[in-house]
Amino acid sequence: MAGLKLTGVGKTYGGTVNVLNDINLDIEQGELIVFVGPSGCGKSTLLRMIAGLESITAGTLEIDGLLVNDVPPAQRGIAMVFQSYALYPHMTVRDNMSFALKLAKKSASEIDAAVTKATKILQLEPYLDRLPKALSGGQRQRVAIGRAIVRDPKVYLFDEPLSNLDAALRVATRIEIAQLKESMPKSTMIYVTHDQVEAMTLASRIVVLADKGIAQVGTPLELYERPENEFVAQFIGSPAMNLLAGEIIETGKETVVKLASGGIARSAVPTTAADKGLKVNVGVRPEALVQVKDQPIFSGKVAYTEALGEVTILYFEPQDQADHVISKLSGIHADFRGKTVSLGADPAKVQIFHNGRSLYYR
Amino acid sequence: MSPALQGLITIAIGVGGCLSYFYLSNLFLDKVLFPARGPNAGRNINRANMIRPWLFLAPALMALGLYLAYPVIETLRLSLTERIPGGGYRWVGLDNYSLMFAEAKFWEAMRNNMLWLIVVPAASTAFGLLVAQLTDRIRWGSFAKSLIFMPMAISFVGAAVIFKLVYDTRPIEQDQIGILNALWLQFDGGAGSWLLLKALPALILAGFAALSGFVGWLILRPVIAGRFHGFGTPARIVATAASAAIVVLSVRGIFELIGADFNYGAPQTWLTVPFWNSLFLMVVLIWIQTGFAMVILSAALRGIPEETIEAAIVDGAGPFQIFFQIKVPQIMGTIVVVWTTITLVVLKVFDIVFAMTNGQWETQVLANYMFDKLFRANNWGVGSASAMIIMLLVTPILVWNVYNARKEMR
Repeated sequence: MAGLKLTGVGKTYGGTVNVLNDINLDIEQGELIVFVGPSGCGKSTLLRMIAGLESITAGTLEIDGLLVNDVPPAQRGIAMVFQSYALYPHMTVRDNMSFALKLAKKSASEIDAAVTKATKILQLEPYLDRLPKALSGGQRQRVAIGRAIVRDPKVYLFDEPLSNLDAALRVATRIEIAQLKESMPKSTMIYVTHDQVEAMTLASRIVVLADKGIAQVGTPLELYERPENEFVAQFIGSPAMNLLAGEIIETGKETVVKLASGGIARSAVPTTAADKGLKVNVGVRPEALVQVKDQPIFSGKVAYTEALGEVTILYFEPQDQADHVISKLSGIHADFRGKTVSLGADPAKVQIFHNGRSLYYR
Repeated sequence: MSPALQGLITIAIGVGGCLSYFYLSNLFLDKVLFPARGPNAGRNINRANMIRPWLFLAPALMALGLYLAYPVIETLRLSLTERIPGGGYRWVGLDNYSLMFAEAKFWEAMRNNMLWLIVVPAASTAFGLLVAQLTDRIRWGSFAKSLIFMPMAISFVGAAVIFKLVYDTRPIEQDQIGILNALWLQFDGGAGSWLLLKALPALILAGFAALSGFVGWLILRPVIAGRFHGFGTPARIVATAASAAIVVLSVRGIFELIGADFNYGAPQTWLTVPFWNSLFLMVVLIWIQTGFAMVILSAALRGIPEETIEAAIVDGAGPFQIFFQIKVPQIMGTIVVVWTTITLVVLKVFDIVFAMTNGQWETQVLANYMFDKLFRANNWGVGSASAMIIMLLVTPILVWNVYNARKEMR
């Protein structure tokens, strides 16, 4: 089993600056795990620790059941694709891909076979004798992936591999990576990105990192439908989830919350009688909000609209000190600006958070 | 008038003159010659813009013409003429050259210059690269680098005087003030002497030979692989031949060293030992030029993308493989520029030899030979001929240097 196991992993620079704390994570063979998080949350650092480019200052890292804390990167059975591709500029595509195998003293025929196989997968045959400077961004990216493939690693590590590509190429390369993963079901991949679309489309499981630790681990849809805390709720999805302050007034299989803004929210999250009167935040995604006649969760005056054709994003005027409420209605509603709109939502799509944590996960 | 005041006034006039030249000539162009008004305003602006670069270049072009181009032509003329005692010149064709080629001292100078050419740029670049790499990551690295860079601030003559003291000799009954002799007298011919004076230098020479052989191979590899670079190919072959020569010289040196019979216990007059004294002079220039090579190469090493090095680590490269297969090839262009720049300095080397041995004991070099002929023997014909030879040797390397430097800048 070529899984990965992180136990209590932490990183401290110079004995004082703590950037990661107590990371516990089990990764199965064949999974594609995506690390997401805001800038500076340590997702790249964690990846580099797995790669062996940064030392692990606390906890243990096991790859394939072996403790690899002090094993040099080349012997960990990992291969890494860097953000800037990091191709060796003085070597041809062929030399770039065979460098690791030459260092490992593989025979010429073995090297040739591995390179040929990788070039075929990545359609790089016409470029084998070119230098990196004669390749386009997308081709360089493929060479970087090819350099990883020839080593036949247990774990592939991707460090924001698409962020240097333009938008159209990014979508194409994303799909290529997804297909690559499908063609190699046994390989484990870890992918770092700040782009949620990449995370949602590629991941078998997403790890959201925040505040030196893991905020939530789950499948993309789990994270979207049942965020464990307010951070994940607002980080996943765009525009971010609306959070409205309120107080629980009815408990049971369905919970009713009276909101500070005057609305009533029904949620499918079950509560017990003891929760009555609890101060909570109700979370509703902008796309879950629909226009209703009576018992609205929220009603307010539209301050601004963005008509995108398939959807219209409504920005409401702020009430009291609460955040802007945003809703995403399907269809074109360009004339809503300045009007008062009442919104409700399916109870199944309404979350309840207390002290930042979802009541669903108690 | 006091000289200091005179100097100040000269500076004021010089700088003021330059400024007013640029300001006033520009003003003249814009306001009087092609004013940007009237019916032809647009045409005038275009014309003024075409003339302006030449206006600003004119002083530099004139200075270069007067102090560079004219002397070259005049030297060429002098090398083909002979001075008639009592005034006047006589055309003698290539007589001066054949006279010079018949002289043993000229060939000694030529041979020594070639030796300098092989050893000094190679050693300076190698040491510079070594220091740049070793000081890259340590905390006191920049302090070490400033120490090593400091000789650059010393004039060649000053450095020569310093090293003359290092090589100084006193009679055996006095204390040695030259550090080399002071060290030398510590050796008694025992096992320790053998290890330090024979085994260790032989090892260093062997390492040097291996390194230059490797560099030569690196330079030649693209040619063998058929990736021709047009103009670069002959230069690469020459460079490889040079490194092959270094290998041969070093290996020969090892055998000579092992077989040599050292005169232990007696102070040596280092600068009078033929062949070795040339090397002792070269040490001075290496001492100076290592700082230059280090600064340029250190900047180049810093410029290597960190991720390519990390990729190499992940690919399983060790420190030496990273250095020789990832870092050095990426800064090869800079290494070549540093190498050729030092080569130019070496070809013109004069002050060190002049101040330390003045070409005695078989240490003559071309520039000092030229000075000898031109200003001491007053033989203008042969002196100019040797100057032309130096220029002939320098020009191709200069062209290659500029070509490489421009390629680096792109």
